[in-house]
Amino acid sequence: MKYLLSAASALALLATGAAAQELNIYNWGNYTNPKLIEKFEAETGIKVTVTDFDSNDTALAKVKAGGHGFDIVVPTHTYVPIWINEGLLLESRPDQMENFKNMDPAWVDVKWDPGRRYTVPWQWGTTGVVVNTKYYDGDINTSAIFLDPPEELAGKINVVPEMSDVMSLAILYHGGEPCTGDKDVLKKVRDTLVEAKKSWLGMDYGNIEKFAKEDLWAGVNWNGSSFRMRLQNDNIAYGYPREGYPVWMDVVAVLKDAQNVDEAKAFQNFIMEPENAALISEFARYANGIAGSEEFMPEDMKNAPEIVIPEELRSVGVFNETCPPDVQSIYTRIWTDLQK
Amino acid sequence: MTDTSPPFAPGDLEAEAARQDNRRRWLLSLPALIIIVCAATGPLLVMVVYSFLAPGDYGNVKWEFSTDGWVGIFLQRDIFDDTLMWADAHLSIFWRSLSLSLITTVTTLIFGVPTAWFIATQPPGRREFWLFLITVPFWTNLLVRTIAIQELLRAEGVFNNILISIGVIDTPIQLMFTNFAIAFGMTYVYLPLMVLPVYAAVDKLDFRLVEAAHDLYAGRWTAFRRVILPLIKPGIIAGSILVFIPSLGAYVTPRVLGGGKNLMFGNLIELQFGAGRNWPLGAALSLMLMAAVMVSLIWYVRVTSREQADD
Repeated sequence: MKYLLSAASALALLATGAAAQELNIYNWGNYTNPKLIEKFEAETGIKVTVTDFDSNDTALAKVKAGGHGFDIVVPTHTYVPIWINEGLLLESRPDQMENFKNMDPAWVDVKWDPGRRYTVPWQWGTTGVVVNTKYYDGDINTSAIFLDPPEELAGKINVVPEMSDVMSLAILYHGGEPCTGDKDVLKKVRDTLVEAKKSWLGMDYGNIEKFAKEDLWAGVNWNGSSFRMRLQNDNIAYGYPREGYPVWMDVVAVLKDAQNVDEAKAFQNFIMEPENAALISEFARYANGIAGSEEFMPEDMKNAPEIVIPEELRSVGVFNETCPPDVQSIYTRIWTDLQK
Repeated sequence: MTDTSPPFAPGDLEAEAARQDNRRRWLLSLPALIIIVCAATGPLLVMVVYSFLAPGDYGNVKWEFSTDGWVGIFLQRDIFDDTLMWADAHLSIFWRSLSLSLITTVTTLIFGVPTAWFIATQPPGRREFWLFLITVPFWTNLLVRTIAIQELLRAEGVFNNILISIGVIDTPIQLMFTNFAIAFGMTYVYLPLMVLPVYAAVDKLDFRLVEAAHDLYAGRWTAFRRVILPLIKPGIIAGSILVFIPSLGAYVTPRVLGGGKNLMFGNLIELQFGAGRNWPLGAALSLMLMAAVMVSLIWYVRVTSREQADD
């Protein structure tokens, strides 16, 4: 993965030398609809290069190190305050852009970017559990699927190695709040995770294929990715843990040291157009926060159980927060203990 | 009296020539020196400096002197009751990498030595063909080869399908994301690094010595142990070092085939620069890994120089 990343970024660096209008986007892997890029290129004449990253921390470390050549980055909302505080983002003022009127008002005054001076929604979703119902037909709306796994699923479980999501699920399972420093809760969290790990098979990203081909039967996963699994294998279902589950939004921001600022702003404006936002969702299968985009979405997304949260479970979704450094260091220790 | 001695003593001329020669030599080696300083020593010094600083809140470092990075490798305070104790997580991860490297070295030896022997004993024209086949895997990116191995190991993969069709098993066995998968992948990836040096040693082997051993009533096993093995030993040691060192820091193969459930030393270092946001600890761990590599290299130099002294 590292090799691919460095090769891709070397290409991106080479690309910045040319004179034509260009835009270098740094986004999560398997997350950008090629049709969206084609449409943007056709309408604006700007040549787009997309480079993948595999975690928020990789993206942050790489951009902080400098010399990256990217114009746009797509971090998760929890990381936005870090990006802003570290002085890495340009105040591109999406709130003054032409298509800003299309943003769902519910997503305008968000805690991590009040009034939207930096970021534009890419997609939002939830982190829950995924189960192949051919092998287990019990209740799936619980974190017990991976924290206290039923016998049928033991040994076939994959947990995405996204520390903040997994820690939040485990803390909520024990009645705590995400980013808690409460030692009693954290001790229970660590013991539960260490014990549960014995029945896990892997902790890896990029598992759509492995679930579709039934190498994996259950695990922690994101809703849109689970949706894509179900499209390949009918037995796969997504559950919203009733103990509580994280809600997140990935957002598009312009980097302070971007070489192509105007092109980057044009892209922010472009994806607030409902038709274009729908293209984003059509590919990665998450909701996007742009009002009116539903009209342009594929029919099978409108009532998908992965997108429409059941009424009774809506209130237990929790927005993840950016944890303070001292709490973060405890979480890293628990995470290392878990994988030792 | 006039001074009849020449303006320069002959010795001076020689010294001048030697000085010029010396200068030229430095000048000519300058490009190499610049590369060594900029590409090797410089970054290493940055690592050393960073390992003695305090971690920044969101990655990077604070410019304050701190030995926490180094102490943190071995000792840590318990998260819950604050007692000082051994950092057993780090030690057990290091042990996992070390034992995996040893296993990889042994398995590549088991498969590599007969392969090298086979190639070296072919007629000269055909040897090149076999050597060429050994190098073919290097044409493809390591990640691509590793992902291809997944296809062999998965529940409906090649291995399971063959085993089921010949009736050894009825239901697929779990191969992917196991220790077997990691060892299998590592052996496959590093096998050429063992075959090539051993081949070079067998190639130089004087088979008349083996015949002489047989003439002196040595059986096959004795001839192998007393004559062949000592002669190809330098190749075996070189191959083992070439396999052992990169396996110690292996990152991609264990991650992709092992499912990322258990950290390797390389992954532990990556964690500190990523989600862990503890760059000084990451730098100290990297230097630790380098020290381990140095130790095995020093051992190699010692063993081989003793051999030469014995000759």
